[in-house]
Amino acid sequence: MVKVEINGQVVEAREGDMLIDVADSASISIPRFCYHKKLSIAANCRMCLVDVEGAWKAVPACATPVTDGMKVNTRSPKAIAAQKAVMEFLLINHPLDCPICDQGGECELQDVAMDYGDDVSQYSEAKRIVGDRNVGSLIQTDMTRCIHCTRCVRFGQEIAGLKELGATGRSEWMEIGTYIEKSIDSELSGNMIDLCPVGALTNKPFRYKARSWELKAHPTVAPHDSIGSNIFVHTRNGEVMRVVPRENEAINETWIADRDRFSCEALHSADRLTQPKVKAEGHWSSMDWSLALQVTVEKLKPYLANPEQIAILLSPNSTLEEVYLVKKLANALGINNIEHRLRQQDFSADQYGINQTLAMRLADVEALDSVLVIGGHLRKDLPLLNNRLRKAQLNGCEVNVVNPSGLDYNLGIEHQVDTLSLVSELASILKAANELVDQDNQVELAAVTFNATHTAIANSLIKGKKSALMLGLIAQADVHYSKILQLASQLAQTTGSSFSDLPAFSNTVGANLILASNSADLTNWLANGKKVFINVGIEPEFDCLLADQALRAMQQAELVINLTAFDSVSQQNYADIMLPIAIFAENAGTLVNIQQDWQSFKLFASAKGEAKPAWKVLRVLGNMFDLEGFDYTNTAEVLAEIKALNLSIKQPDYQCNLDLSVITPTPSSLVPCYSVDGMVRRSPALQATPDAQLTNPLN
Amino acid sequence: MSSVDTLNIIQGDVKKRIDRWLARYPVDQKQSAVIPSLRIVQEVNGGHLTKEIMDQVAQYLEMTPISVYEVATFYSNFEHQPVGRHKICLCTNISCMLRGSDELLDYLKTKLDVDVGQVTEDGKFSIKKVECLGACVNAPMMQIDKTFYENLTEQRLDEILDSLE
Ligand code: SF4
Ligand code: FES
Ligand code: FES
Repeated sequence: MVKVEINGQVVEAREGDMLIDVADSASISIPRFCYHKKLSIAANCRMCLVDVEGAWKAVPACATPVTDGMKVNTRSPKAIAAQKAVMEFLLINHPLDCPICDQGGECELQDVAMDYGDDVSQYSEAKRIVGDRNVGSLIQTDMTRCIHCTRCVRFGQEIAGLKELGATGRSEWMEIGTYIEKSIDSELSGNMIDLCPVGALTNKPFRYKARSWELKAHPTVAPHDSIGSNIFVHTRNGEVMRVVPRENEAINETWIADRDRFSCEALHSADRLTQPKVKAEGHWSSMDWSLALQVTVEKLKPYLANPEQIAILLSPNSTLEEVYLVKKLANALGINNIEHRLRQQDFSADQYGINQTLAMRLADVEALDSVLVIGGHLRKDLPLLNNRLRKAQLNGCEVNVVNPSGLDYNLGIEHQVDTLSLVSELASILKAANELVDQDNQVELAAVTFNATHTAIANSLIKGKKSALMLGLIAQADVHYSKILQLASQLAQTTGSSFSDLPAFSNTVGANLILASNSADLTNWLANGKKVFINVGIEPEFDCLLADQALRAMQQAELVINLTAFDSVSQQNYADIMLPIAIFAENAGTLVNIQQDWQSFKLFASAKGEAKPAWKVLRVLGNMFDLEGFDYTNTAEVLAEIKALNLSIKQPDYQCNLDLSVITPTPSSLVPCYSVDGMVRRSPALQATPDAQLTNPLN
Repeated sequence: MSSVDTLNIIQGDVKKRIDRWLARYPVDQKQSAVIPSLRIVQEVNGGHLTKEIMDQVAQYLEMTPISVYEVATFYSNFEHQPVGRHKICLCTNISCMLRGSDELLDYLKTKLDVDVGQVTEDGKFSIKKVECLGACVNAPMMQIDKTFYENLTEQRLDEILDSLE
């Protein structure tokens, strides 16, 4: 530790820390543009110049390591003169278009100019103009405003792993851009909007929608993937306008995925169901809630004599409270068929227990030294887990994958096995590992062969001090999922690695906690049909892996009740009752993420039309069925009841007695990242990206 | 100009020349050879680069295309529009300017009947304004191809241009 004196205040710091970090930690403000704590140091804007005793010129605080006894002044005449001069230079070519700039009011350049700039400029010559290119549906560019801090360029290179923007030309003609007409395609691209200190890169769907000072920020949790990224939702008069990241080092750091940022458009989709609707003799009529719920209860009653005929399909993005109430209501009515793992078809491993979590904290992923990803396109499915893995890889971690071919990686892959049969490849790696450690296990591998790649992967896991196996969404969708689980967990044991069957969606972990004891057989229900389906927060024809079968099952059912936020032609065709539910910011509840953080969030946006949070609908249904214990007044009461159950995840003990003789390769089932749920399917901006083109069933 | 396959420019002799440069750098730092590589492909393409050609360099050197564009637009030796068989680079920086380079430029433009950045009808010449080439002692000056011509006058200019094939 060293002692530094800044503006007369003595601050303790580690030797070698940059002056700007030390000042930040002591809440002494130093203006900056190019510096960002998550990016490399560029020291090109010079805004952070400070006066260091003994140095005859002002020095950049972002690139000056502290030394013991250093005396720094950020407000001396020398520092102030430097700040004013830099500010004047930066403004030479910056347009005076703040009144029509979306960044106005939340612009670092405005703020710093106010605090540190001079009131007049000596520059009276013409300012330059930079032409704009269309970089896609998410980011709006106004490159004349760019001050060349290169944060966006460094973000692409260092974080997104995909350098899409660059600085072309030189001197006065230097421009930041793509140089050619090209969209910015990273799944994390929206973060450049936050990084850009000026209005050069702004949120395209949000353009001209509101001024920052009209907005109220509400802390909440992103509703799509299992990372549970912390976000702020900005509302104006109770209406959701946009989403920005909320810093949480332990979860999302300062980033969020594009899916989390841009999906909020869907709240205002024309598809929103705004009133309860009931079908009678082929005609839909809207009615008020009490009537619609009465009809629901009456129609359901005759089937309750034999509740086996009823199945409930539930979104893995439902809140913990909703899942719990669904289960409580269902069980009270004798219904046991409840499932949220809609993108899975092989449930035979349930007998051993279910544990879909990350076997470590997200931050610990960065310290891994060998990782094998099996059937997972982490970059698109869990972008921020992939970001941690990428950091590990840059630190020397060996990343190996066993995946279908054609996936795009943004990190260095050591060995890549392209396959349609995850099971056979896993068996080969396991056999290679067995030979390496000279050990036999319960798995019958006599007929299995392996090659040098299998040995290399096994070896990497064995010699890794912190090695990990991770199963992704593609593995979970495999017809042989249970065999994959057994082989992978055995491989983890043999090689001394941790094992994570990664949860995909925002409350997969929570739903598993509550529903683990329900024996379910979704594949069977869809193939052989049920008389009644109750769908909560999903569109089965898009959200189920076996989409065609799901649609057929819905069409053939006698009664289909959808608690849904969105109306659609296909639901109108098969459903009998549609009850509008609130989503995202219109709802309150709790989501359990990949590392088992229980994150509760409040309601702060008014629901569309008559839509109600699902937990309230379930509560009223409980009352109408005259059931005990449905008198909640808020989600906190439901949560308290859940907590009192002391639910915990038990580590499954996979028995490895498998028969590998009948392995058929399965066509891979990649879930396109912008089709994963009703909200992202209805975000026009996301749907206009290349990632969505292949895919959205609604298109 | 011999015909070159611009869609597959890194082959044969070109490939050999680039590989010679690559041999000087560690295998995982192929981008070190970007400037010589661009110079080679520009030369065989008759003096200028295109997006397709830069993309091939990017691929060959395992760089992202934008990183190659950055280099190729930063250095003024790289051209992005067709140039004449002889590229006249006239210095218009301070010393040369004080010694009459602006007038020389006007003379040149009228003589060749082209503007800066354009190519004469016969494809022989194009004009480019450049910054100081470090020959201020003998200003004004210009560079054509690989030769410096100094202490220029209108008459010298005529002689030099006439002497070129
Ligand atoms: S676009 Fe924004 S982030 Fe990128 S260099 Fe310009 S000012 Fe910086
Ligand atoms: S913040 Fe230090 S030079 Fe830009
Ligand atoms: S100014 Fe022309 S060569 Fe230096």
